[in-house]
Amino acid sequence: MKQLQKAIYKKESLIGLAYITPWLIGFLLFTLYPIVASFYLSFTNYDLLNAPVFAGLENFKRLFADKEFLKALWVTGKYVVLVVPLKLAFSLFVAVILNMNLKGINFFRTAYYIPSILGANVAIAILWKFLFSTDGLINQVLGSIHLAPVSWFGQATPALFSIALLRVWEFGSTMVIFLAALKEVPVDLYEAAAVDGSTKIKNFFKITIPCITPVIFFNFIMQLIHAFQEFNAPYLITSGGPMKGTYLLPMLIYDHTFKYYNMGYASAMSWILFLIIMIFTLITFRSSKYWVFYNDNGGEK
Amino acid sequence: MSTTVIAHAEYARQNKRRIKKNMKLGMLYVMLIGVAFIMLYPIIWLIGASFKSNADIFTSIGFIPKSFDFGPYIQGWKTGTEYTMGHYFMNTFAIVIPKVIFAVVSVTITAYGFARFDFPFKKFFFSILIGSLLLPNIILRIPSYMLWRTFHLLDTYVPLVLPSLFAVDVFFVFMLIQFFRSIPKDLDESAKIDGCSTFKILIYILVPVLKPAIISCALFIFMWTMNDFMGPLIFISSVEKYPLTIALKMSMDATGGAFDWNKVIAMSLVGLVPSIAVFFAAQKYFIEGISSSGIKG
Repeated sequence: MKQLQKAIYKKESLIGLAYITPWLIGFLLFTLYPIVASFYLSFTNYDLLNAPVFAGLENFKRLFADKEFLKALWVTGKYVVLVVPLKLAFSLFVAVILNMNLKGINFFRTAYYIPSILGANVAIAILWKFLFSTDGLINQVLGSIHLAPVSWFGQATPALFSIALLRVWEFGSTMVIFLAALKEVPVDLYEAAAVDGSTKIKNFFKITIPCITPVIFFNFIMQLIHAFQEFNAPYLITSGGPMKGTYLLPMLIYDHTFKYYNMGYASAMSWILFLIIMIFTLITFRSSKYWVFYNDNGGEK
Repeated sequence: MSTTVIAHAEYARQNKRRIKKNMKLGMLYVMLIGVAFIMLYPIIWLIGASFKSNADIFTSIGFIPKSFDFGPYIQGWKTGTEYTMGHYFMNTFAIVIPKVIFAVVSVTITAYGFARFDFPFKKFFFSILIGSLLLPNIILRIPSYMLWRTFHLLDTYVPLVLPSLFAVDVFFVFMLIQFFRSIPKDLDESAKIDGCSTFKILIYILVPVLKPAIISCALFIFMWTMNDFMGPLIFISSVEKYPLTIALKMSMDATGGAFDWNKVIAMSLVGLVPSIAVFFAAQKYFIEGISSSGIKG
């Protein structure tokens, strides 16, 4: 009997392994191999034509004296600090509104979701350029309420801000995840609070926010990882300008890879970026036990 | 006498409360409409702009053009290259369609393996899966470029499509595992007793139950691939093979100095059509898909 069970288990485990084999191959070939390869490359000089030459820590030493790299790092940091909280706050705000039981809420849900479906589209990035150009819609609106037009792409900070706004504008997927979480908040908590005479705003901070911390945590990490890797928007809208004010690190890495063919140096840069992302993710994970509350069986993720 | 006074006062108070409540509701709607307007107006304005003359675009906030001119669409469709927009659309579909099929099949099979079977190192593999979900893709780019270069497959669609056959879209594996877990195991147990093979169980029993989830996976992969810019930018180098995203960027660069903005705007809007069409056709899968995806933090 025992042997039979063992045999069944063995067969079962083989079948299970068979099913995940495609993924396993994909992981080895398209994830693990590239990680190892890029780690090795970051210690070499390699121009795609000649074989890689081992250079020890030279790339990394060069990086920390490279003004362009340090500037890109600074701009990327600024961008992340700008975009992540803005996007999270706005998504949560909209999710809270859409969670109310109102007539015609489905119409608004659709209307609010459209930008996010389109937001990642190249076409939108191109159109964004027109909206924020000197005579674009935004400045026309500013003019009509007697405000001075802003030279959005003429200065670093407004340019960075206009890119961040594009990403905030496509808040839909973050918002829907928030919305799903809001629906899970037990209604009796609000009812109990209402008996105690609590206000809506108080409810929001004392009940809603604590209940959805796991999802805030999830969205925060996802947005952090995305923001650090932003490439399309600055590449398409500002080309990194003005004065490299929106020249984010992924753009610098791209240029070193496919323009100057400094494969080793570019790999070293992507490893620094990777480490920064990992450090922030780890800090968030570590700190999560102080601010993330799981209300059920220890929380499943 | 006194009772009617009290009743009157009570009525007035209730009335006041109702008015206050209605006011609040009204304010809420005003806000909802306001935010929706701010978000959608740019698109509406741009649709109007695509019919305007170039001189008109940057002089009015209103979106209604003085005269409708389909010229920008006709000229834009021709593009500055030797191919029409239709050609680039076809290229995009040549990437998107196989990719969606490959991804859906491989992702479903992998998720099935993780959700329904026990095998050695399962926990270890699963944590790798979750780990790769958080892995910034930027680190993989240079070596994968080199990998496809050694296989002489640069400037083909293989690097864009083939990896999906191996469930590299781990986000969806994760999503489907959550869905598989929500289906009671008794369902497959009883089929197993009837002598169904595990693969038949997947195809005939689990997939039909999971259909909505699988469709929403397919939709997201479709959208993401339609919008992919970095991939083709790196791997595709001949104009003939460019997908829509790169062609649009090209048309923007080509008209950078000239005053052909209405053409660029018109073509960008045309580029949005497939995504919008798919969104409206399958709206419920999009919105319900994520909200019930088991992403509960």
